[in-house]
Amino acid sequence: MSILVLAEHHDGHLAGSTASVVAAARQIVDSSGGDIDLLLAGEDVGAIAEQAARLDGVARVRVADHAVYAHQLAEPLADLLVALADDYSHVLASSSTIGKNVLPRLAALKDVAQLSDVLDVVSADTFKRPIYAGNAIATVQSSDALKVITVRTTAFDAVGENNSAPVEAVATVADNALSTFVGEELAQSERPELGGAQVVISGGRGMGNGENFQLLDGIADKLGAAIGASRAAVDAGFVSNDMQVGQTGKIVAPELYIAVGISGAIQHLAGMKDSKVIVAINKDDEAPIFQVADYGLVGDLFQILPELEQAL
Amino acid sequence: MKVLVAVKRVIDYNVKIRVKPDHSDVDLTNVKMAMNPFCEIAVEEAVRLKEKGVASEVVAVTVGPKAAQEQLRTALALGADRAIHVQTEAPVESLAAAKLLAKVVGEEQPQLTILGKQAIDSDNNQVGQMLAALTGRPQGTFASEVEVDGDTLKVTREIDGGLQTVALKLPAIVTTDLRLNEPRYAKLPDIMKAKKKPLDTKTPDELGVSVDSGLKRVAVEPPAERQGGVKVGSVDELVDKLKNEAKVL
Repeated sequence: MSILVLAEHHDGHLAGSTASVVAAARQIVDSSGGDIDLLLAGEDVGAIAEQAARLDGVARVRVADHAVYAHQLAEPLADLLVALADDYSHVLASSSTIGKNVLPRLAALKDVAQLSDVLDVVSADTFKRPIYAGNAIATVQSSDALKVITVRTTAFDAVGENNSAPVEAVATVADNALSTFVGEELAQSERPELGGAQVVISGGRGMGNGENFQLLDGIADKLGAAIGASRAAVDAGFVSNDMQVGQTGKIVAPELYIAVGISGAIQHLAGMKDSKVIVAINKDDEAPIFQVADYGLVGDLFQILPELEQAL
Repeated sequence: MKVLVAVKRVIDYNVKIRVKPDHSDVDLTNVKMAMNPFCEIAVEEAVRLKEKGVASEVVAVTVGPKAAQEQLRTALALGADRAIHVQTEAPVESLAAAKLLAKVVGEEQPQLTILGKQAIDSDNNQVGQMLAALTGRPQGTFASEVEVDGDTLKVTREIDGGLQTVALKLPAIVTTDLRLNEPRYAKLPDIMKAKKKPLDTKTPDELGVSVDSGLKRVAVEPPAERQGGVKVGSVDELVDKLKNEAKVL
């Protein structure tokens, strides 16, 4: 009963979400025993391996360093996981776009089901996961020999970094004749990453246009917050879609979530209703967002936002 | 080329669902059903490829109960040429759905298969990837742009940090994200015409696939309810409460 965790990394750094996936793996190990191995796949990932080795609870870091794993395309990564999976009872990854892309491919190749977006470990074979945009929580038991799981990282507290696990190379080189990387356009931001931020301030359709999103900048600066958006704001072209919070965007659970000009549709609430404190600023006092907000302020955001920036 | 597009019948996305009192499942009696929104986007993309002259035929397929015929007729009204219904009243998990679709892909041999990235009922985000694995085809998930270029498919994908473009060797599998397109509405004359388009029914038995799953749903509970909070009268009061009551500033 050992667990393989697919480490996630971007731009030469280990993603913060990996420490939360290891936390979920530790909960499984607590009930069933076994070791936790981390798989780090990519190109020139040596420096990241050192970061990964520090994560508490990790027995060893297995590194597959080859050009075929650059950009972490699903086809070669799934083949690599298939080659390693027989040594493990569970394979875990974050339910990020990488985890969601790769793990179902692995699951099907191993002829097992997958549990997506797990938010609670009941036992080594039973897990809780949200369905219907988080409006119901299903407890699901898997009888498959291999449990393939993506983890909702906001539901698990990241492990510490006081470890020094051994690092070893994995020689497996997948052969990928199916897909090639062409290019990417990554949004440049100095702000904290949306998924891991302690404070998030989000704008919705009420912002009116993309320029008005700058009204959030000063507040975000003062609070060290990430800036998010509702689907309506993204669809209207106000901001880029990687800022979308909700059922089909990012799931966040910060200490403080400030929703500005957001009505609070089911799909948006799915992405933020586990935040510790929710503040809603909206001129419609009937807006559904007020039903989940700890503190609501009814009024015109164009007056309130500058005042709030002043008051902080 | 032939395009296969998979659709799913789900609860309408505007419905506020209720969990059954015995916690066995979500209550679906007398609830409005519809085509999964991501599947609408998949159908739209397939039809646009046909309108561009890239696709010669669009085949819609669904796995589900008898009533799911409605969603196939919707796909036909939107522009699909014919439909295949893999009919089963049993609940079908992602892996079984992918196996059934893989059989259909094997029979139909489409160059391109388009699915939604996730169904809004189970929120799994698995079937397209599993289908790609089972058919040995490359996958372009969470697509916001698709371009056919000879025997290559260029797919722009929505990833966590922005956009990524990949080139896939056809035949391939694509799953749609929200911003791939704006689905059209079916017009009344097209809805009437769709009634005459061919719709083929198969069963999992005929396809030689078991719909058994390694997953068992033990319970379904409503999520923890948030306590409704208070409305404050001013920005100063809000900041004061966040500092002194909630202690998050």
